[in-house]
Amino acid sequence: MLSIKNLYVSVEGQEILKGINLEVKAGEVHAIMGPNGSGKSTLANVLAGKEEYEVTAGEITYFDEDLLEKSPEDRAKEGIFLSFQYPVEIPGVPMVNFLKTAVNEHRKHKGEKELTAGEFLKLMREKMDMVDMHPQLTNRSVNEGFSGGEKKKNEIFQMALLEPKLAVLDETDSGLDIDALKTVAHGVNMLKSNVNATIIVTHYQRLLDYIVPDFVHVLYNGKIVKSAGKNLLLSWRKKATTGLKKKTKIKNECYC
Amino acid sequence: MNVIVEKADLTLKYIAHYNDLKELLFKGSSDIINVRRKKAFQDFVSQGIPTRKNENYKYTNLHPQFAPDYKFVIQREETDANLTEIFKCNVPQINTHLNLLYNGWFYDKNVKSGVLPQGVILDSLENMAKNNPELLQKYYGNTAETESDALVALNTAFAKDGYFLFVPKNVIFEKPIQIINLLKSENDTFTTQRNLIIVEPGASAQLILCDHTLNSNRYFSNSVTEIFVEENANLDYYTVQNQHNNSASVNSVFIQQERNSNVTTHTVSLHGGFIRNNLKIKINGENAEANMFGMAFLDKSQHIDNATQVIHAKPHCQSNQIYKYVLDDKSTGAFSGRIHVARDAQKTNAFQRNNNLLLTDTATMQTKPQLIIDADDVKCSHGATVGQIDEEALFYLRARGIDEDKARMMMMNAFAHEVVQQIKVEALRERIDELIEKRLNGEIALCHECDYNCEC
Repeated sequence: MLSIKNLYVSVEGQEILKGINLEVKAGEVHAIMGPNGSGKSTLANVLAGKEEYEVTAGEITYFDEDLLEKSPEDRAKEGIFLSFQYPVEIPGVPMVNFLKTAVNEHRKHKGEKELTAGEFLKLMREKMDMVDMHPQLTNRSVNEGFSGGEKKKNEIFQMALLEPKLAVLDETDSGLDIDALKTVAHGVNMLKSNVNATIIVTHYQRLLDYIVPDFVHVLYNGKIVKSAGKNLLLSWRKKATTGLKKKTKIKNECYC
Repeated sequence: MNVIVEKADLTLKYIAHYNDLKELLFKGSSDIINVRRKKAFQDFVSQGIPTRKNENYKYTNLHPQFAPDYKFVIQREETDANLTEIFKCNVPQINTHLNLLYNGWFYDKNVKSGVLPQGVILDSLENMAKNNPELLQKYYGNTAETESDALVALNTAFAKDGYFLFVPKNVIFEKPIQIINLLKSENDTFTTQRNLIIVEPGASAQLILCDHTLNSNRYFSNSVTEIFVEENANLDYYTVQNQHNNSASVNSVFIQQERNSNVTTHTVSLHGGFIRNNLKIKINGENAEANMFGMAFLDKSQHIDNATQVIHAKPHCQSNQIYKYVLDDKSTGAFSGRIHVARDAQKTNAFQRNNNLLLTDTATMQTKPQLIIDADDVKCSHGATVGQIDEEALFYLRARGIDEDKARMMMMNAFAHEVVQQIKVEALRERIDELIEKRLNGEIALCHECDYNCEC
């Protein structure tokens, strides 16, 4: 489905990604982990088509077509969905208008009939239950006045509405409490199938307790330094725990 | 040196026009109007047409607008405008008392659409001067000062007609009054419109004014409206400006409101070559509220300038102002808003905001929010922003499959939305929404159902 080959990306002249290779097939869940500043979000944004990220070398093909040539809206309509790390508030654009336009643009692209207001509301209600979205939120402007958790739920809600082939979740777990995390994970799991794929970008592994990846990649300093099956997580978890212990110890010493 | 002479010449030209037309101007007009006329002319002569050295007109150059050789409309004209066609232009599904002005004159064959509540007068200023001289004496020229603005002086010097609205005590209007001002002439034309509105204690009215140009000649429209809103009275005053690129319009509105009154003004400048709106509200009684909203949409080399002034003369009053501009191409916009809280106007709440969206690098906006506070226990704020479309938000919409053009449109609509939603007449609000969308889409904004296709 997605094939990234030797990808180099710069932002304002600074090289962030330095030769990424990644293959994603339908039905797979990939986790991309790594510390802050390693280039995880850059990768997510390049996939969605954000313009300030400049691809200096390499290629990305999506269903055997050159992805980099396509506009963000075409990528979206062809099934790429980015769940934003920081969803923007857009005062004055009502949620319902926004969602209906987005859904109908997708339908038009697929040659399907546009939904009427009634049909759309029905669909919306159905999907809202799935991610446990509060119905009142759809009466507001896009993300306006939403709490951090609500914004993230709203991303998954949009994902449920648009039914992407490739979902890229950029730090969807950050800022979520455990209940919200469970709901979000539940939503993602419900949407998973053998025809679509998911890329989870995170630097915590707690989301991966709820969404089990098939592959885990460790991104460090613009390169994937390690790729493995989910077993990698186990070894990593140990390391993380030891790290934490060390820190606690130091703290204790200070108190003495 | 030449420039100065030229500017002085321009003022001399209008002085000469006045002297030429003097006899006709005085003839048939009430003494009350004529007394003011004499003084106003002297005020115009001493001030001259404002240059950009005049602080009030710093960002609006009037001189090129005054330069053409206009024909003055100083007599009521017969119109060949086809009423049935014009009536198509009104806001659909909106049930209004519809009246026309023709080149600034109250159209004498206005068809009555429904019966006005008892005691309400909607007529020409000329008739009003005949029938209600005591009202004219009391109110005419009371707030529109000719000493401080040459354009107001020029209007008062040339004033012959306009509309007059009188809403007597405790009469509450459900149905809005709509007045369409049509500009149509065989020549380039200078029109002078003089209006007077009196809303008596406890009364309430909604007024919708639409400006339309019906052909592509040059127009200069210099109008003055004086509005008096008495105790416990309400007035909603909507102005929709929709004129072609060759038209110039200076529109001065003076409102005086008394205790417990509520005034809301909405100025929607959809289209127009050159527009200057002066709005001055004096809050002259306690517990009164004034809301001033405005929107302006500009492209090509259009110019729109809103100058507002709100004077809090009495304590415990509230005023709100929101003005929003969307500027495209090489258009230029200006906003200057002044809140003046007088010494004894304690517990005043006054807010003012001007937000501007520039769509190109070549569009410019000048904004000047001002506060003058002479009291010590007040809450006031003022602010202005000039910016571009939020690229992050645009990307968010595009990342959901919405085309760039459509996404931009959604963002622009969203920008205007805050002001549009303040329109209380639902049908008008929907209509304005629709017109804004057409305007932003680049479709001809001039009333699309109108059969006159002005090619500007």
